[in-house]
Amino acid sequence: MNPKLTRRRFIKGVIFSGAAASTGASFYLANAQSGQNTAERLINLNVNGRTRPVDVMPSETLAHTLRYKLDLTGTKLGCNRGECGACTVHIDGVPNYACSVLTQNVRDREVTTIEGIKAADGTLHAVQQAFIAENAPQCGFCTPGQVMSAVALLRDNPRPTRDEAIQAMSGNLCRCGAYEHYLNGVMRASGQLV
Amino acid sequence: MTMHIGKDFLPPDVPGKVTGEIKYAEDHKREGMVFARILTSPLPSGRVVNIDASEALRMDGVIGIFTADDLPPVPPPGNPALASEYVTFVGQPILAVAAVTEEIAETAISRIRVDFERRDFVVDPLVSLTPGGPNPYPEGNVLVRTREEGPEGTPIVGAEIRDIKWPQSAVDAIREGREPVGGEFTQEWAFGDIDAGFAEAAHIIEEPFVTMGYPHHSLEARTCMAYWENGKCYFAGSSQSQSANDNGLARMLNIDAGDLVFINEATGGGFGSKIGPYPYMAITGNFARMLNRPVQTRITREQEFYIGSARSGMQGWIKVGVKADGKVSAVDLVIVNDGGATGGGSGNSSAQHVTIAYQPESMRYRGISVYTNTTPRGAQRGPGQNEMASVLAPITDKVARTLDMDRIDFRKLNAADSDGFQGGSRGPLTSAFIRQALEQGERMFSWQDKSSQPKRNGNKVRGLGVGIGYHGAGSRGYDGLVRIAPDGKLHIHSGVGNLGTYSYAATSRAAAEALQMPWENCEIHRGRTDNFLPHSSGQGGSNTMFTHGRANWVAAEDAIAKLKEIAAADLGGTPDDYEIGGERVFLSSDPDQGMTYAEAAQRAIALGGRFSGMEYPDDINPITQRAVQGLQGTGLVGVAKDNIPGQGQPPGNVVGFCEIELDLDTGKYEILDYGAVADCGTVVHPKNFDNAMRGGAVWGVGLTGLERHVYDPQNGLPANVGLHQSKPPTYKDVPLETQAQGVNIPDPQSPIGARGIGEPTQGAAAAALASAISDALDGHLFNTAPTTTDMIINHLAGNTYSSKTLKTNTF
Repeated sequence: MNPKLTRRRFIKGVIFSGAAASTGASFYLANAQSGQNTAERLINLNVNGRTRPVDVMPSETLAHTLRYKLDLTGTKLGCNRGECGACTVHIDGVPNYACSVLTQNVRDREVTTIEGIKAADGTLHAVQQAFIAENAPQCGFCTPGQVMSAVALLRDNPRPTRDEAIQAMSGNLCRCGAYEHYLNGVMRASGQLV
Repeated sequence: MTMHIGKDFLPPDVPGKVTGEIKYAEDHKREGMVFARILTSPLPSGRVVNIDASEALRMDGVIGIFTADDLPPVPPPGNPALASEYVTFVGQPILAVAAVTEEIAETAISRIRVDFERRDFVVDPLVSLTPGGPNPYPEGNVLVRTREEGPEGTPIVGAEIRDIKWPQSAVDAIREGREPVGGEFTQEWAFGDIDAGFAEAAHIIEEPFVTMGYPHHSLEARTCMAYWENGKCYFAGSSQSQSANDNGLARMLNIDAGDLVFINEATGGGFGSKIGPYPYMAITGNFARMLNRPVQTRITREQEFYIGSARSGMQGWIKVGVKADGKVSAVDLVIVNDGGATGGGSGNSSAQHVTIAYQPESMRYRGISVYTNTTPRGAQRGPGQNEMASVLAPITDKVARTLDMDRIDFRKLNAADSDGFQGGSRGPLTSAFIRQALEQGERMFSWQDKSSQPKRNGNKVRGLGVGIGYHGAGSRGYDGLVRIAPDGKLHIHSGVGNLGTYSYAATSRAAAEALQMPWENCEIHRGRTDNFLPHSSGQGGSNTMFTHGRANWVAAEDAIAKLKEIAAADLGGTPDDYEIGGERVFLSSDPDQGMTYAEAAQRAIALGGRFSGMEYPDDINPITQRAVQGLQGTGLVGVAKDNIPGQGQPPGNVVGFCEIELDLDTGKYEILDYGAVADCGTVVHPKNFDNAMRGGAVWGVGLTGLERHVYDPQNGLPANVGLHQSKPPTYKDVPLETQAQGVNIPDPQSPIGARGIGEPTQGAAAAALASAISDALDGHLFNTAPTTTDMIINHLAGNTYSSKTLKTNTF
């Protein structure tokens, strides 16, 4: 039997989600060519309160893992080089660019993505509700990242000044230029704009 | 009293954007999907001599390679998906490799050896026009249209490349700010007697100007995913438009449009760069067919810079003659466009802006669009008009100063009104209320109060600016399609794309308004071809509000006519005896006599024929015909082509007002206040109007102050491919408490009174900011867009390095 095929079947068995299965096998194939140790790549990842086993290459970014292994496509890749903030997630509650974090480095950490922001019963977070009320998104591609930065801000500083909010949100680029509406959304979510 | 128009509502896709659940092209996956990556040119100009992919193809996990040989040839001046022999810009795609992972595909790309011959390159149009100057293409350096230019975003057809050189004296003249006498042009028009116009002018102002191209940098790169099933291609692509892609993309895939399902639920920005199908779509769709597997081609941010298109640049000269009473009597305008690797420029649109702003009694425009070995150029938010607005505003201020006339009064006197015209053909306008917008804005912005405040405070100096933005904002002749289901619900089928303006939703409100239907009983169908979508315009050129407000209105009117016919047939009388309201059609003389929409829809199904879409008008587009066929027998179908009478261009006009504080020690400025008033007819969706106005203002700040291509003239390499270096404005670059209002006078040729507003929002802000910078510096004219901090500090230091000789594409 082809040993690679055997290993691929094994990987298929542990990868989370059917959608990611073929992709996961492919990643094994990629790494098999480099001859790297595969055992260390099977890590447990705590995402949105669930611990999931994932096959992760040493150089793999968290954004890649989230989007292509865990099918959490709400995390967007705008630049993949730490310039736009579309991929912002929380790591232990702190906003980070998922494109600039190695997945291997977030073992044993709590990762929260846009999919984990609304309540278990489906109720949207106050920031999400406020962004809807302000009609803040235009194209919407940066919106998940804007939500993540705003949620982190309000957790640390529930009633920020407008300048503090600008500072906290300034790592999130919006090419449509909807900044004022996002900012108003932050102020609305903090109860300072009704 | 309207039911929907002018009232806020929630576009149905907004919640999916704040939860991350809405799907963009890159979010689509398919079992067995493989990943393609592209190999791009490292050279600005060269010839591909040999490609050796043998090592890459031997790699485990590599599925296949796709080159220009796998596509029909595209002779110059077409923009091929993949280069065949010649490469003409850094980043030009040469081939694609598919593999089971992106990493393997990228590794395979790195193992492909491409041998090139270098060719001379050029990044400055005037260098190419110089005698003996390099030609970007072997065939020459200038795009010459042999047929009239199509709408924005459509492929170049009827064009050729020619080799044109100017006398050295003409190149020297325009670089020095004089008329380039002896220079050859490829586009020229004139009206009136400009010699007489200048002869009767009390003052004549002559100025050179330069504007730089810059990338769209839509935040979603143009990733595509395609798969084939039962002879149909399912294609998830990033596009501003929906139905407008069908025919062009089907041609790229060599299939009937009926065999294409284009999927486009949401798009991460386009700004003109994704109006129609772009060449690179051909790679993914054809590669998927070749491999018989789903293929996703993901484009990196760097590659989006290369192939995502850019605004064209201008090097120009303008001469304005003005009479003692303040009326502009003559304009002479010359524009050399930097067309990048695709050659097209926007000079004619720039000249069009001048006609709206000045309504000159006579004018001549001469233009030429020159290729350079830089990224492809295409429509970008107000192409031509907005960069012209930026450079024209300070020049306009200078003209007013020369007359000792108030800047706003000068604009009120000269700008177009409803009896005015646009462009070289002096075509009519549907309506225009720029003067009213200026008056409203003056009050809103407290212009007089701000003007009376002290200008200087230590090393800080205040500047006030005003500007006009304009873009044609509407089209005609597209189709609308609605359906009343047997449960009485209104289904609005929209072929409009979702580029973030929510125009698909706002124009759907026109149908709901006509049918007096509560919004909660309406459902919009859109986002993929197999949702039965009618023929639509491309979502470019600020046209959708006017165009599809009309199209949805006529579809609803067709439904209303059928409701009345059914009621008359069942209840007696003639259709004219009936009216609608409360989701019923009823006898005007006895409102109790009638039937509900649900009952009428059930009768429509029973009657068949044109009532249920079994038959349809002859004049609707084949795309709409297919959509109607898919809905046959499911309800009362309203379908019609927009044949509403009327003529003239519906303009989108915005006036902007800006106050800045400029630091004389650093050259940096802060925008203290910004406000704008739109003349876009009826404001249909106030909340979204606000967002459009403010988003456009952010783009205006970028155009006038920040964004530009930087190409190294020695090596032809782009120096700012990333977002940080390209410098689209951030939270910290723009004012975040601004004002936006509308004149709110309905356009007579729109049933809902609306014209578009997407593009002039930028032009107005760009113009007002440029005007404010000039005002802060005692009327100094930089005549550049952008006017960056380094240019300002160089000016303050008496150094002309960064603002002379019309340098483009570079520092």
